Amino acid sequence: MSDTTKRTLLEVKGLTMDFGGLRAVDSIDLTVSEGEIAALIGPNGAGKTTFFNCVTGIYTPTDGDILIHPKDKPTRRVNGSKPNMVTTLGMARTFQNIRLFPDMTVLENVMIGRHCRTKTGLTGAILRGKAARKEEQEIVESSYTLLEKVGLGEFANEYSKNLPYGAQRRLEIARAMATEPFLLLLDEPAAGMNPQETADLDALICRIRDVEKIAILLIEHDMKLVMNISDTIHVMEYGKKIATGTPQQIKDNPKVIEAYLGEETEA
Amino acid sequence: MKNIKQSLAVSLWFIFLTFPLMVVKVNTSDQLVQWRWMNILWIGLATFVLSFVWRYALARKEARQMAAQSGQDEQDKPSRIQALLEDQSLRYKAMIALLIFALAFPWVFDTYQSTIMISALIYVVLGLGLNITVGLAGLLDLGYVAFFAVGAYSYALLNHHFGLGFWTILPVGGILSCLFGVILGFPILRLRGDYLAIVTLGFGMIIKVVLENWSDFSFGPSGIANIDKPGLFGLKMDIAASTTYIYYIMIGLVVLTIIVTARLKNSRIGRAWIALREDEIACVAMGIDMARTKLSAYALGAFWAGMVGVMFAAKTTFINPASFTFMESAIILSIVVLGGMGSILGVILGAMILILLPEYLRAFSEYRMIIFGAAMVVMMIFRPQGIISNVRQKYEFKGLKEKSENV
Amino acid sequence: MEYFIELFLGGLTRGSIYALIALGYTMVYGIIQLINFAHGEIYMIGAFVAYIVCGVLTIYGFHGVSILIIAGLLAIVYSCAYGYTLEKVAYRPLRNAPRLSPLISAIGMSIFLQNYVLLAQTPDFLPFPALIPDFEFMEPIAHIIGSPELVILVTTLVTMIMLTVLIKYTKIGKAMRATQQDMSMARLVGINVDRVISTTFVIGSALAAIGGVLVASYIGQVNFYIGFIAGVKAFTAAVLGGIGSVPGAVLGGLVLGLTESFAAGYISSDYEDVFAFGLLVLILILRPSGILGRATKQKV
Ligand SMILES: Nc1ncnc2c1ncn2[C@@H]1O[C@H](COP(=O)(O)OP(=O)(O)OP(=O)(O)O)[C@@H](O)[C@H]1O
Ligand SMILES: [Mg+2]
Repeated sequence: MSDTTKRTLLEVKGLTMDFGGLRAVDSIDLTVSEGEIAALIGPNGAGKTTFFNCVTGIYTPTDGDILIHPKDKPTRRVNGSKPNMVTTLGMARTFQNIRLFPDMTVLENVMIGRHCRTKTGLTGAILRGKAARKEEQEIVESSYTLLEKVGLGEFANEYSKNLPYGAQRRLEIARAMATEPFLLLLDEPAAGMNPQETADLDALICRIRDVEKIAILLIEHDMKLVMNISDTIHVMEYGKKIATGTPQQIKDNPKVIEAYLGEETEA
Repeated sequence: MKNIKQSLAVSLWFIFLTFPLMVVKVNTSDQLVQWRWMNILWIGLATFVLSFVWRYALARKEARQMAAQSGQDEQDKPSRIQALLEDQSLRYKAMIALLIFALAFPWVFDTYQSTIMISALIYVVLGLGLNITVGLAGLLDLGYVAFFAVGAYSYALLNHHFGLGFWTILPVGGILSCLFGVILGFPILRLRGDYLAIVTLGFGMIIKVVLENWSDFSFGPSGIANIDKPGLFGLKMDIAASTTYIYYIMIGLVVLTIIVTARLKNSRIGRAWIALREDEIACVAMGIDMARTKLSAYALGAFWAGMVGVMFAAKTTFINPASFTFMESAIILSIVVLGGMGSILGVILGAMILILLPEYLRAFSEYRMIIFGAAMVVMMIFRPQGIISNVRQKYEFKGLKEKSENV
Repeated sequence: MEYFIELFLGGLTRGSIYALIALGYTMVYGIIQLINFAHGEIYMIGAFVAYIVCGVLTIYGFHGVSILIIAGLLAIVYSCAYGYTLEKVAYRPLRNAPRLSPLISAIGMSIFLQNYVLLAQTPDFLPFPALIPDFEFMEPIAHIIGSPELVILVTTLVTMIMLTVLIKYTKIGKAMRATQQDMSMARLVGINVDRVISTTFVIGSALAAIGGVLVASYIGQVNFYIGFIAGVKAFTAAVLGGIGSVPGAVLGGLVLGLTESFAAGYISSDYEDVFAFGLLVLILILRPSGILGRATKQKV
């Protein structure tokens, strides 16, 4: 993994986010490059999710720069952009507390992801012309293909609220992938999964990188998963970044060990 | 035994609660107090029985929720009626039968029945329009009647001043009201859901105040009379013929509304609306433009109200601000809520029940609003999906599966 | 100048009534994020009960201030009872439902209660006796401010002080504040959240009843529909001040009352309601968190 050949996709500089008096994210620098699986770890309340929220436009950060470098397009600074803009530019995410559309079917959840890549308007939808029908067919097919990729093909017509927990997490990933991102942000994708499901997820994430060519930044508390799949690990504590490195470097870093002591014994 | 005690307590509590309002009636001018002791008995009995029903229903609901949580999804199995509804071939047959009935209606029944049916159909369109805003997009609009008023007044005024005909104004009224929706929606659609409710409520009230007071424009509380009925190539029609004519126009409008909403519901746009209703944050994070999506739902809802407003003015030939009160908005909302938010068939059924029932059960019409109110509460608690719950479209993948297996 | 002062005091009086009702909205919203649409109806029921009690007492030969006090107390008791029952029947079963459900239930309740009073009593406007006596010491300034206005202002002030003490210093007040900040946390530390919510409804209803009696005797009539308009206005006041904030509700009420009074006095009284809602829309667009409200970000 030599950094010189890999294009940078996401570049965050000095990102800071305040909630009233609380500084949840404190001048964080972070980059994610093409073909990389990066992990963001840290104890509970370290500010990881807040970091995601700033990067994806849900919150407007107090300070700092978030630059994304889409392929074939000029670099964009996305501080304070609307979330849908960020997603359209090619960065999609999942949520720590699963946020599916419960009263829509599994397939429709993924079809929502296709929204920003399709363009049938009101008149098209009402008249149902040839173009609209073709596009609709494309949406259904590509969404179904994605479902099969995450192993949910057989549930396509179930309501998403009826899926088991682990499947809901995978559905969120499929939904995010439907937006054709170049970078996928996953917030604790393995939370609540059993070891078997986690192992499957491990393979899925690697497949997403290798086959779909999507880079990944993930937040995770499951150290085994993180150490297994990450190329780079960033560690946060109290809003600050305390370390960056390969899994081996992180394992041996005394600061990280201290931050995690008594917090995560399985590390 | 414990149940009986509990119900007795409930019944005593409600007797206490309703005592001053139900039992005592003061006549200050004659200095008389009227004591209606019998009401105590009725209240006591009714609440005693109802408390049993209430507890039973609550317990059942809880049991179902428990079952759902422990992974048994049986509760979501569609009911028998629901299964019937989903049967495609049966659906087409039923639709054709209904259409034939609707077309034959004015020939089978008299003019009076047709008139009643016309108003029910007007509410069907209003319900379907509001269903887009509330049922699909989840934007609680409590001033929906304002758009109805915009349509009605567009026709009344343009007809009065410029003699413009019904067919010209029908789309114009819809578009004007749609524009109104956009202009109003722009600033307020950023608001949180419950704020939106109160602002739209305020807007509905403002429209009425303006119509009542700005006499130069709207002719004030006395309203506008002698509005032209819809014309048919300058043909002279008597009352019966013109009622039949209006009835058919209404049927056409209803069919149009149904087709359009049904198509939208299962389209890219409709899915975006539903996603917005389900989870705003997830929705924008998936790349959907919230402002635009909300605005389109709001404006489209307004459009139907405007169209049918024109229809209403043409049918009654007289309108005044009194037709556009909050109560109207509330009735339309209860049609959507009771029928089933998001469900087209549900809303149609809801409109028919809510409008026709009080019409035919005259004794009952006095209690209409109080029953609507109570029904809204009871529905929300025990059957939030309405009479007919909204069912999402299922997709077939036979060809697809083979394709993806070959890859 | 005198006209200005008259309008000012009129606005203050009106505003303090809005404030009384707005407090009920704000406290409930602060705790369960629900617009209690039926709150205006609780206010109307308070006024109606007072009307009935007054009527009965007058006919049976009571006089003056004693009527006011008995009627006021019974109005409060009944409003509280209605508020308590309302929460228990219409909102508690919906504690975990999607956000639109309790709101629709609230609207249903509002319609139900209006029509209940309409059917049980009458659709007509009823004359409410002027219970507040004309004080002698007010005579020199009676052309600017009447005794009823004074009573309304003083009662509101005293009520506000009592409420502040209750929220700041009593045990239930502390529990209310804790629940407002974080309901699940409050439950964990042993606060009976259901009881706190009930109490909030009861307190809000009592305030609404006080407002109802004062207004009814000030304006001189009651009707099943008065709660609806007053409720919407008061909610406007609560949003104006910053919903969830108790001082905000008071401030919002006063601002709204003054705006209406001046607009009606200097521009046109026909469009009073239009000004109120215009103000609401303006505030929501420019500063959605209200004058005193804090902007909070939804946790994701
Ligand atoms: N919307 C908000 N308003 C106020 N404070 C917030 C908000 N969101 C997060 N915080 C605070 O910011 C800090 C960081 O929270 P964050 O959710 O980012 O942590 P995290 O690293 O994701 O933790 P976990 O591993 O538990 O998910 C916490 O103290 C949290 O309480
Ligand atoms: Mg987190």
